[in-house]
Amino acid sequence: MDKVFRALADPGRRRLLDRLHADNGQTLGELCRHLKMSRQAVTKHLKLLEAANLVAVIWRGREKLHYLNPVPIVEIADRWIGKYERGRLRALADLKKQLEGETDG
Amino acid sequence: MANSRFVYVTYIRTTPEKLWQALIDPEFTQRYWCETRHEVSSHKGGAWRIMAPDGRVADSGEVLEIEPHRRLVLSWRNEFMPELREEGFSRLTYELETVGESVKLTVIHEMDKPNSKLIATVSTGWPHILASLKSLLETGEPLEETTRWPKGF
Repeated sequence: MDKVFRALADPGRRRLLDRLHADNGQTLGELCRHLKMSRQAVTKHLKLLEAANLVAVIWRGREKLHYLNPVPIVEIADRWIGKYERGRLRALADLKKQLEGETDG
Repeated sequence: MANSRFVYVTYIRTTPEKLWQALIDPEFTQRYWCETRHEVSSHKGGAWRIMAPDGRVADSGEVLEIEPHRRLVLSWRNEFMPELREEGFSRLTYELETVGESVKLTVIHEMDKPNSKLIATVSTGWPHILASLKSLLETGEPLEETTRWPKGF
């Protein structure tokens, strides 16, 4: 769980996850094209995200594809969110998003 | 994108044998997968299906590859939502790999068409099902939210 929080505690890595959330299953090259980061920086961030299991990787032929893996985030959420709160929290989060617009957080 | 695909990974402190059992044993699946019973043929070319608690077949298909405790590939079609059923068969792959004290479970759900509604729909459920499976195997208790078939489904 420490690894997940450490991995998420960086705006660059959160942007990387945002890119995968928008378009899942990208190669390193595709990710670099849309991010203002060096290839080395993206590679380093991906390694950390993979170690935290927030990014899953599969090979298709010679292509290494990166996927956003939300399973660890669900595990963390479940630890502190009770079963009855879930629906109300979803409604509150939707309202906040509507009023404020999407933000990087 | 030429196809639709999601990839999920979870590390579970268990053995490949126990995890395999959890994936194919209906008594087990109903505990972490919304009361559904999964009936899986033990041979390639055999049938498999997910039974909803009300007796309907929720999803079904064929066993495409089976290598006990290591790999299971299924063709998968939704059977109870017409707009998903008409998309035809998707493909589900489970891969089990021992990593230290844990088993790495990789789940790949894909369809050879862009913007599949089936893949988009199941992707909202998979992370919860997998988190619940992990919790059940490690602590004996599934996640509360996956213990009931959703109302109105």
